[in-house]
Parts: sequence; structure tokens; C-alpha cells
Amino acid sequence: MKALIRDGALVEDAFVDVSDADVLPETGAIIVSLEQWQANRDALLARGEPLGLKLRSDQMPDAVASDLEHFEVIALEFPKFRDGRAYSYARLLRERYGYAKELRAVGEVLLEQLHFMLRCGFDAFEIRDPDPLGAYRAAAADYTVWYQPTGDGRPTAMQLRRQRVQRA
Amino acid sequence: MYRYDEFDHRLVAERIAQFRRQVKRRLAGEITEDQFKPLRLKNGVYLQLHAYMLRVNVPYGTLSSRQLRKFAHIARTYDRGFGHFTTRQNIQYNWIQLEQVPDILEELASVEITTIQSSGNCVRNITSDQYAGVARDELADPRVYCELLRQYSVLHPEFSYLPRKFKIAVTGSPNDRAAVAVHDIGLRMHRNAAGETGFEVLVGGGLGRTPYLAHTIRDWLAPEDLLAYVESILRIYNIYGRRDNIHKARIKIIVNQLGIDRYRELVEEDFAASKGLPRPELPPDEIERIAGYFAPPPYETLEDCTAELEKLAAAEPRFAEWLRHNVTPHKQSGYAIVNVSLKAPGAVPGDITAECMDALADLADAYSFGELRVNHRQNLVLPYVRQSDLYAVWTALDPLALATPNLNLLSDLISCPGLDYCALANARSIPVARDISARFVNVDRLAAIGPLTINVSGCMNACGHHHVGNIGILGVDKRGKEFFQLTLGGSSDQNASLGDRLGPGLAQQDVPDAIEAIVDRYLELREEGERFLDTYRRVGIEPFKEAVYGSAQEKVA
Repeated sequence: MKALIRDGALVEDAFVDVSDADVLPETGAIIVSLEQWQANRDALLARGEPLGLKLRSDQMPDAVASDLEHFEVIALEFPKFRDGRAYSYARLLRERYGYAKELRAVGEVLLEQLHFMLRCGFDAFEIRDPDPLGAYRAAAADYTVWYQPTGDGRPTAMQLRRQRVQRA
Repeated sequence: MYRYDEFDHRLVAERIAQFRRQVKRRLAGEITEDQFKPLRLKNGVYLQLHAYMLRVNVPYGTLSSRQLRKFAHIARTYDRGFGHFTTRQNIQYNWIQLEQVPDILEELASVEITTIQSSGNCVRNITSDQYAGVARDELADPRVYCELLRQYSVLHPEFSYLPRKFKIAVTGSPNDRAAVAVHDIGLRMHRNAAGETGFEVLVGGGLGRTPYLAHTIRDWLAPEDLLAYVESILRIYNIYGRRDNIHKARIKIIVNQLGIDRYRELVEEDFAASKGLPRPELPPDEIERIAGYFAPPPYETLEDCTAELEKLAAAEPRFAEWLRHNVTPHKQSGYAIVNVSLKAPGAVPGDITAECMDALADLADAYSFGELRVNHRQNLVLPYVRQSDLYAVWTALDPLALATPNLNLLSDLISCPGLDYCALANARSIPVARDISARFVNVDRLAAIGPLTINVSGCMNACGHHHVGNIGILGVDKRGKEFFQLTLGGSSDQNASLGDRLGPGLAQQDVPDAIEAIVDRYLELREEGERFLDTYRRVGIEPFKEAVYGSAQEKVA
């Protein structure tokens, strides 16, 4: 069973993933594929319902860089945990394209990878664990030191060292 | 040397705590071997033919006596009393128990050493010139940038799941001892007309089954931009690198598939677009702060003591040979660089016992400001020895079989662990290396042959870097039998080249004869002042083909 954690809380998923469906439902919040979005853009916007987009790991987000305002959710897929492309996509969406709404990690999302995903800008996760919230909290607390700056704004070791020198 | 501060210590402690939990879950069967594999690999733990192997990073080859003593302690306590130095300036232990690994990691952390990212599809140990900071020909100290790159690459949130492993090497000297042209990223320092130091950035070099020399992606990069530019190279690789075939996943493949011009365009676009956004900027005062860790040791003001050394050498020819071959000029007058050969006749290249490690740590304390280096040719270095101490150092090294006067000579072979240990190997590389070094023991003969590198790999993954050996030896498996293919003309220095295949594979017992035949032909053909490589580049492969196969057709597989 998979559960959805958003902003550190267990939540009901309001969206239905129809990215594999042949026919789009008339009502309800849905997550569509890039192909569905590109083929049915006007109809999807005319539905007037919350819309999400799912990108496969071989679909770069620059394809939708100018459409981001239309999406309440963007789900980036990890088809295998070792396919790391979505880490780059997440940072591009957050930092370069300014996408500020839900960024969801879906597919093979392993607990060991959570802190990397958080740092790259994901705020929602599909978790498969008997105790999803407990597992999430433990994994998110694995590390308290970071060497690299990302859009999450956590201070890096270098920044903290420099602050300390300035204070002294 | 760099010293950890509270941040570095805390990160390593958190990493070990995490791995301890992961090992516990694995031993309890809560995660499968398939799920555990990438976790253990990123902590340097391999499952080899007979046991777990632990690969420990020696960051850019710089080692303190305290760290070397810890390596000795681990060899004695957790392994079979020895370790193996590799071509990536690392040390490997071949007989490790998985349940003991977290304890070993804690022992290592106490001397500021880790195994983080010594394996896995991520940025590996940053490697460099073993003579950094002491070489006469150095423009600037590469260790400063190696340390900045080390910190930058540790647990990178975006680049911990790259398509494949990623190796970075830095040289601060025009004479490249770090083999930067055969790395995923090679950094070569230059000085511009204004006297500023910057980097030439190379990308897409590598060995393995598809060897390539790197292309220059940037002629000049300011040091402040180093990490941000590396980030753009990594991002383009992470996005575009092939993930459909493990054998085509290294950056060299995508660089050559897209072409260096297209790859450069993508990197430059990303580099320009990331300006002003979160990216690893490198303020000059931060570079200076790190440079402070690599300040020269408190040298004494000394004169070169050439006359005394000549006197000692005249009285003791073996000391003279060692002085000639294993001692390298130092940039500080009165000092010398001592190369410690781990290539005694018949030895396993790179292997060293716990006793020898302890002895070397003592020598480093007594004669080299407590510091050592590991070079990528599987030898060790005492970087700061007073010339007046050279005789004492030699006297201490000699009975330990650590003073074989063969640096950069034929018997200074490089070899991977091969089928004696490695799960990937097709052939046993160590016996071949030992046979050759046992055949070429006469120091006068080795000296007469001159500089000649031999690199042995037990399979096409090329951990022994056979493509860049002057003579490369590649073990292959043909219908269940081991054969060895020879290549000639490889080099990993500033004029890097990949070796040319000599001909059909040879049986193990015929390899030493083939090396003899090649060497004899070279000695016939060489002109005044030529090294083997010079002669080979002048005359080409045909005379050597004839020397090996002309007279030995019946032995050919």
C-alpha cells in the first residue's frame, strides 16, 4: 500500500492519476501525462477542475516551463530508484522555472533517498511502508549537515562557517 | 592537510549511523540484497568472490601517519593483516565481515577518513598529483580544489544517482601525474597572461571497454566558478547520460554521441542560466581559507647536500641505485621526495602489510612531518624528507623490501586485483604481474631499459588502466581459458595516448617471454635518449609484432 505524505503530514490524495487511461473523466481532480496535456490542453483547461501533470523520467520539464501556472501538482516519476533524472528536474522546476506548488515524487521512492528529494524541492512523496509517517520522519532526519546549496535554502556548511567567522 | 571541523565530523557520524541501521535491516532480512546493494556500494562495500571488500578513500592521495596507523590497525583487527592500494589512490581490504563494517567506519572516522562514495553511481574519490605542494614544476596546489570538490560532491542531493560512476582528477602541474585525460572530468591548472591561476576543463575521458581520451570543454575557468561549472557538467550528464545500457552509461559515451561541441553548448547554457540561482559559488576568501590547510610545513633553511650524498652513494651502490630511481627533486632546497616502492620482485602490486604500514607511519613522523602520499601507480610517497636523512630512510626501508629501486621502471607494474579476488574479472592479473616482476629483477638491466610502464587488467573494465600502459596487458576469457592481450604505446601523462593492440592473446606462461621480446626489440631499435614510448611512437607496432609473434607463431592462441 502506498500513502501520500505532503509537507510532512499524512494526507488523502485528492487527485486521481489518469495518466494511463484512454478516456479522461469529466469531473474530479486528475493527474495527466505530458502526452494527454499536449493533446487535450484546451479541454483540460475548460474542465475547471484541479489539474496535475506527471512527467516520466525521460520527459524534461522545459517542455512545460511556460504552462506551470495550470498545474496544482507535478508528479515526477522514479521508474527505478537508481534513475536519478528527476532530482535535476525538481531543481529546475523549483529554482529555474519558479514552480511553487506541490512537487510529488512517485514510483520507486526509497526512504534512503528522501533527504535528497527534500533538498531538490520535492514536498510530497508516495511512500510504501507499514508506518509511512514514522518512516518518513526518521528518514527525513538522517542528516543535519549539507555541503551543497539548493533552492530549499538550508544553510550549507560553508555558509555556516562563514557566518561564524563574521560573528567572531 | 585538511582537518575536519564540527560539520565534517557530524556529517560522517550521521552517515555511519544511517549505514548501521541499513546493515541491521539487511542482516534481519528486512531489505533484500538488491535493495541493499546500492546502499552498501555508496559506503564502499563490495561483495567479491570470496568475501566482502571495503574500499576506503584516501582523499586526493594525502595521508597522515595517524591515518596510516589506523589502516594498519584495521588490517590486523578486521582483515588478514594487509591492505591493497589501488590506482584511484584508495586502499582496499579484501576479507571483511559485513557486520563489522559500521565499527570499521567509526574507527576510520576517528582519523577523518571515510568510505563515502568510494563506489556507486556518484562522484568518487577526487584524485590528484602525489607530489602536490612539493613538485618543482607545480603552478598551484591542486589539493585546495580537490578538498573543495570533495566537500561539494559528498552526498550531493542532485547527483547521488548518476547514470554511472564519475571520476574527477586535478593536476596543478604541466607534467600530468594524475592522468586527467582519462577521467570523466579532468582539471588542468594554467596561468594566464595576467598571472592568474585557472583551469582547463576536460570532459569525457575514461578507460573500460570503450576507452576515450577527454575533450577540452573549457580552455579557461576562473577558480570561483569551478564548482558551479562542475555542477552544470554533472547536471547535463545526469539528464542526458544513457541509462538504457550499463556499458554505455559513462559520460564519455554521451559526450562522444552528442559531440563535444553540443555537450559544451548544453553545459554553457545551463551554467549561464543558473547564475544568480542557488549554485555552489566559491568566494576567493573561502578558497584562501581552504588553502590555509595546505600551507607548507615548517621547513628548515637548508642547503642541498649533494656532496655528502655522493659520498654515501659511492660507498653503497644499492643506496646509489635507490637515490637515482626512487628519490625525486623537491621544490624546497635541502629536501627530497622519497618514493616508496610497493613493487618488490614477485610482490603483489599495491599490497602492503600492517607491519610495513606501521613502520612507514613511524618514518613519516621521524622524517616527513607526519605525512605521506599515495600515488595512482600503487606506490607510497614520503613528501618532505631532508636530504641529510635520505640514507637513514633508505636504511629503514631496505629491510622491509620497500626500497626496490624501480620507480617508473618496468617492474613498477600496475595491476588490478583480478580473478584472485574480483567478481568481475576474467583472468588472474596478479600472477602475470608477479611473473614479470620476478623475471626483471636485475637493477642494471631495468635501468638500461629506462622508463617503461606496464599495466595489467584482469578484464575489460580496465581497473589496471591497461590502455594507458606503455605495455598494456588485458586478461580475457576464451572458452574457459585465460588469455592475455597486449597493447603498446599507451600513456596517461600530458601527452596521453591509448595503446594499440599487438595481436592475438597469449597464454599466461608466455607473457614474460613476450615482454622480453618487446624489450629486446626496443633496445635494438632505440636511438640516443629515447624512452620505450618514444621509440614506439617513432617506429610503430610492426617491429614488435614481429618480435612477439614472428618467432612464436605456434604459441599463439
